[in-house]
Amino acid sequence: MSHQTTTVAHFDIPYFRYLDPEANVLQPLPAFAQDSQVLVKLYRTMMLMRIFDKKAITLQRTGKLGTYPSTLGQEAISVGMGAAMQAADVLCPYYREYGAQFLRGVKMEEVLLYWGGDERGNHFAHNKHDLPICVPIASQTLHAVGLATAMKLQKKPQAVVVAIGDGGTSRGDFYEAMNVAGVWNLPVVFVINNNQWAISVPLAKQTKAQTLAQKAIAAGLEGWQIDGNDVLAVKEALDNALIKARSGQGATVIEAISYRMGDHTTADDASRYRTASELQAHEKQDPIKRLQQYMMKQGFWNEQQEQQLLKDLTAEVEEAVENFNQAPLPTPESMFDYLYETLPEAYQAQRAAVMKGEKP
Amino acid sequence: MTAITLVEAVTQALAYELAHDDKVVIFGQDIGVNGGVFRATQGLQAQFGEERVRDTPLAENMIAGLAVGMAIGGMKPVAEIQFMDFICASIDQILSHGSRIRNRTRGRLSCPMVIRTPSGGGIRAPEHHSDSMEALFSQIPGLRVVIPSSPSRAYGLLLAAIRDPDPVIFMEPKRIYRMVKEEVPDDGEALPLDVCFVLREGKDITLVSWGAMVHETLQVAQKLSAQGIEAEVIDVATVKPLDMETILQSVEKTGRCVVIQEANPTCSLSSEIIAQLAEKGLTSLLAPPQRVTGYDTVMPLYRLEKLFIPSEQRIMNAVKSVLEYA
Repeated sequence: MSHQTTTVAHFDIPYFRYLDPEANVLQPLPAFAQDSQVLVKLYRTMMLMRIFDKKAITLQRTGKLGTYPSTLGQEAISVGMGAAMQAADVLCPYYREYGAQFLRGVKMEEVLLYWGGDERGNHFAHNKHDLPICVPIASQTLHAVGLATAMKLQKKPQAVVVAIGDGGTSRGDFYEAMNVAGVWNLPVVFVINNNQWAISVPLAKQTKAQTLAQKAIAAGLEGWQIDGNDVLAVKEALDNALIKARSGQGATVIEAISYRMGDHTTADDASRYRTASELQAHEKQDPIKRLQQYMMKQGFWNEQQEQQLLKDLTAEVEEAVENFNQAPLPTPESMFDYLYETLPEAYQAQRAAVMKGEKP
Repeated sequence: MTAITLVEAVTQALAYELAHDDKVVIFGQDIGVNGGVFRATQGLQAQFGEERVRDTPLAENMIAGLAVGMAIGGMKPVAEIQFMDFICASIDQILSHGSRIRNRTRGRLSCPMVIRTPSGGGIRAPEHHSDSMEALFSQIPGLRVVIPSSPSRAYGLLLAAIRDPDPVIFMEPKRIYRMVKEEVPDDGEALPLDVCFVLREGKDITLVSWGAMVHETLQVAQKLSAQGIEAEVIDVATVKPLDMETILQSVEKTGRCVVIQEANPTCSLSSEIIAQLAEKGLTSLLAPPQRVTGYDTVMPLYRLEKLFIPSEQRIMNAVKSVLEYA
């Protein structure tokens, strides 16, 4: 350019982590990390996710579950998220947040029921107000800003946490949601699970943006990038963003960098588009191993406790699977019973015909 | 009492609900300071404040998604899509979520939202400002689709829509926004949803319509009356769920039926009505039912607009052919 310019805007995207993949401590840890019980709970929940995940895939492979999206390798993101949230906050998941959901009262058998083809899996007996998982990609971000607007109008000191994948950040809903979150100063935290893959499309083919966090800048929001496989960083980032949101300082976008160690879902075969060596290279990033090594180095976790935990969690998962297997089939008329608060007259004949077992 | 127009009746209903229900919030593009491009929300922001009467950024899917989220979160949002043609951008949120959240959570969450939108042609508008999409939305399980044809029904039906626990698409036929004035007491009385309104009783022929076409249909009924033919005029009003019972009862009496709509004929509401007439009312019919509709084309720009929208003459021709059927 031959003309002179002045810079009218610029931006910085901060990045942080506490533990590197070898569990070396890179900077002073946050206060919550001084409490070994807090860390054990984070560890426990990540491990539960992993055992559950493995079991769910087995169930699908043996025809007992429908298509199921794995969370392998991404456990720190949803566990850190769930640990930071208050009960009265609202979670808008996409579909890899079981850790947060389990921490918030969703039961394993409910998750299995849902992927096993039963809407009752979204009924959440012990969680009245979180949203169910969301299939139309990124559309949950608009629900999140609607929920956050309602909270503000009702003067509730709560916040909404909404999760989205790297692929989702290409979609219009995400930009529209960030934009209104900015201009209406909404109490919402966007958490991007950047696991590097949107089914078979790698991040490099998804966007030219250098970071996903910087998409926040276009909406007038702060964007932070963190190591998504460091559960301490995830919890700290969420803690800070939630304090911001609840104190009227508005929305934040957090990009948590991770890696999708599994296939997109059980209907996908990632070996068609990525190499075994790439997968292997990411094994050392494992979030569970990282925390385990830290806890062992600190001296409050040992092999004995590890084995006991595996035993306990496996039993919990088996119990959930048993409950899932025993769940009775839904009734035919349940197809009609939740369309409206009261089924209109116009559809009563169809409902009656289905109950009778014949076509209307 | 001063008589008011349909659009003023909309304002009156919105004001009533804003005043009596803290949970009601209205928003959309230009609805605040400007009072809406048709002035449907005139004066409401000044009266109820910027928190509850909001101008949004420009994004129709966002407007619909906000309504879904706010409704799930315990509010009663009434969102405006500036012209029904632009609701296409909102269909993802309406269809995938607003209409389904109750079903997919087995009743744990629900969506009591209203999306109001000016619909239909006849005002010499630019492109993409004249569509009537009631058929598209009637396909969606879990929704209601409502379209008033007069100021008093606009008031009563909008109150009902806002108070309804399920999502409603409230179409406001812009061609009749200011066509007729009526006295509409501001008494907060809602009209029933899910039922047709018999506007005029008659024994000779059943005329079924909704929205702006009710106006032409009533004109035709008057002209027929001068010729000694009494038409029963039914305003469907709630297009989905459809009250077929009222239509069947009328056709049982008259034996003859013409359905009048502005929208394209294929896979439209008139298709549904006539299909159900054939299924359930065939033996009542003394003549094949007829429908008078727009064409399976795009609504033309305004030079040909009047050709597309059914005229009184076209309606009268259909009526005559049904009456004269041997």
